[in-house]
Amino acid sequence: MALELLMGNQAIALGAIRSGVGVVTGYPGTPSTEILETVAKRNPGIYVEWSVNEKSALEVASGAAFAGFRTMVTMKQVGLNVASDPLMSLAYLGVKGGMVIVVADDPGPISSQTEQDTRHFGIFAKLPVFDPSSPEEAYLMIGDAFEYSEKYNTPVLFRPTTRVCHGYATVDLEEKRFEVKAEGFIKDPKWAIFPRLSYLNHLKMEARQPVLSEDFSSYRYNSLQGSGKKGIASGGISYAYTCEALSNLKGECKIFRVATPHPFPEKLALEFLTGLDEVLVIEELDPVIEKELVYLCGKHHLPVRIMGKLTKHIQNAGENSVESVSKAVSEFLRIPIHPVKPSEDMPALPVRPPVLCAGCPHRASFYAVKQAMKGRKAVFSGDIGCYTLGNAKPLDMVDTCLCMGAGITIAQGLHRAEPDAVNFAFIGDSTFFHTGIPGVINAVYNETDIVLIILDNSTTAMTGHQPHPGTGKTMMGNISEKIKISEVLKALGVKHITTMNPFNLQDSSAAVEEAAANKGISAVIFKSPCIAVADPAPVFSVDSDKCTGCKLCIKELGCPAIVKDNNKVRIDASLCYGCSICAQVCPFKAIGGAN
Amino acid sequence: MINCILAGVGGQGTVLASKLIAQTAMGKGKNVRTAETIGMAQRGGCVVSHVRIGEEIHSPLVPLRSADVIIGFEPAEAVRSLPYLKEEGIVIVSQKDIKPVTDSLANTNYEGTEMLDYLKSHVKRLIIIDVEPIFAACGSTRVLNIALLGAAAAAGVFDISLAEIERTIEHKLPQQFIAMNLKALRAGAKTAIKE
Ligand code: SF4
Ligand code: SF4
Repeated sequence: MALELLMGNQAIALGAIRSGVGVVTGYPGTPSTEILETVAKRNPGIYVEWSVNEKSALEVASGAAFAGFRTMVTMKQVGLNVASDPLMSLAYLGVKGGMVIVVADDPGPISSQTEQDTRHFGIFAKLPVFDPSSPEEAYLMIGDAFEYSEKYNTPVLFRPTTRVCHGYATVDLEEKRFEVKAEGFIKDPKWAIFPRLSYLNHLKMEARQPVLSEDFSSYRYNSLQGSGKKGIASGGISYAYTCEALSNLKGECKIFRVATPHPFPEKLALEFLTGLDEVLVIEELDPVIEKELVYLCGKHHLPVRIMGKLTKHIQNAGENSVESVSKAVSEFLRIPIHPVKPSEDMPALPVRPPVLCAGCPHRASFYAVKQAMKGRKAVFSGDIGCYTLGNAKPLDMVDTCLCMGAGITIAQGLHRAEPDAVNFAFIGDSTFFHTGIPGVINAVYNETDIVLIILDNSTTAMTGHQPHPGTGKTMMGNISEKIKISEVLKALGVKHITTMNPFNLQDSSAAVEEAAANKGISAVIFKSPCIAVADPAPVFSVDSDKCTGCKLCIKELGCPAIVKDNNKVRIDASLCYGCSICAQVCPFKAIGGAN
Repeated sequence: MINCILAGVGGQGTVLASKLIAQTAMGKGKNVRTAETIGMAQRGGCVVSHVRIGEEIHSPLVPLRSADVIIGFEPAEAVRSLPYLKEEGIVIVSQKDIKPVTDSLANTNYEGTEMLDYLKSHVKRLIIIDVEPIFAACGSTRVLNIALLGAAAAAGVFDISLAEIERTIEHKLPQQFIAMNLKALRAGAKTAIKE
């Protein structure tokens, strides 16, 4: 036993290590990224890889699980959309070694495209779902998840949310590590999916659901406490808020804590519902527990009123908080609380949207394209990564953004609708490898006129700088062959490919203009490393004698290092990375480098 | 229970500061829970860390009106977090403002001094830290988080002594940064005591 301060994601990683996991795969995505990184850092004996995307990650892990290894796959919620094809079929085949698929949900959303609820994926795929409510619990629960996975030969979903993933807590670590002796792959028709096999396995899956539900009714983290005519049902981090609210309000009622939302622990739920008049369900994202309880009341003719998201007693979008939960609980239990008065006369606060870093090469690339297209009809389709922040003013260069890899294909659809416009697609290096390549083939094959801008900064920047196939580094610390994007494009049949340093604005603009004049798909690769992986150049400064205060640099580029200073501008030396583009933009040559 | 809010701008090092507080408290046998802002907001957006130290802590998020201390890494961010502060809570704030690009573009003319004035008239216990001399002494602007931590420890806000935080820094930070950060910690503490 040893106490350690751990982030939820670290606790999940150490819990998996303790459980004898042998292969860990995943794709970076907030709030899940630190899980895989921690496994790589804390235990060299385990095979760890950043896969090229979530689908590949799940498939690699499946192979190892077929051979009896314990495997873990990590991703964010939208990653499971990408991995849903193997997921749905794997649910039919099952696994031999335990497989836990960790999918982090992001209520808010704080750093995501959607507020989707992974618990639905469990219901859809008929897979068990575990829902931890704190880092220390996640540490132990992931071990349970491996055990259930092996007991029922099925992959299981483990669904933490941001506040569990990105919160630190004191975790009591166990020294003993579970040892797995993998039998190796044994050939058997059961590992190849066919319609007949699927039918037979479907029967087994349906038969398993009630057995699992019964099993979960005595699972250690599903619990009933308290008594009375009123009850609260909750799970995940909302359960922690509920406990806090009840202790602050000194409220008493029956409490049902659901740690396995699927298959729903019906027996325990019935015990909870018996004798109650009213139930308040407190959960985030979708009303999953609530619907299960409504269903059970119908099935068993129970006269219990179920309240929650469906009845508008709990907000149906965004994150819960101690305040929102306290308010709902106080109304439910009729215990008055003093509402928190909003602060009076607060001064107007500055708006602070996230922006590209000072010195970010993407700023230069966006600006070069913008200059090249001045006065022309052009649409800029973006993608997922730091460069989504190119949407912010003054760049304003993201007209569309949908999901990983979609910019390239959306630009093609726009071209079919508006052939007279120049249709641009921006994509980063990691996203290109993730799901960008099929879109390029689609444009080559269908002879679609688009300009593809590759923003190659040699890292997966947004999620904290992970390596990818273009970097030549793996999570096992090995050096691998770098995959060159220009060669990939060439092999795919892209005829016009130029590689530019975006910090050379004039040449970059000229290259974009040239690319736009071509038929078919042509590509400009802007290659310059993210400031987090590059050495900073000497900082730039403003000569206040020459600066006329026109503020063109700010209005054109929006670099956060350039600030207004009385009637002129000044460069904050602690932020500047010496990228030089402000000096290139200033019409009065007032900005200069170190010499 | 001691509740603490660290509010700043992405890139200022709030996460490390909150971790050092939590680590030190844990070393004293306390239970801790934190919630961090990690993700898009780290690129210059508003970031808030919640730190809770006590016996039984349920929620990682500090409820409104219950923070014993707000450490403001930037004047406006301290004001933004003010709804968390208890009536008798203390605010420790860096006087150096960070003007976002949106402010220059929209000509909203944000000035940190206006925020500091608001804090002066609305907070009973306020410590404003002039970080520039500390930056100059340490030869780096990256020590803001540690300097503020030193100020908070000296003000006695979380039942943790300066020496205890020093020990955590010595144990947890990479060797090459220890000396500089200890210097910043002590400088921050000294400024707070003077206030
Ligand atoms: S050189 Fe200019 S544009 Fe580049 S980081 Fe420095 S201030 Fe910003
Ligand atoms: S982290 Fe790198 S890629 Fe992301 S905005 Fe900053 S410089 Fe650009």
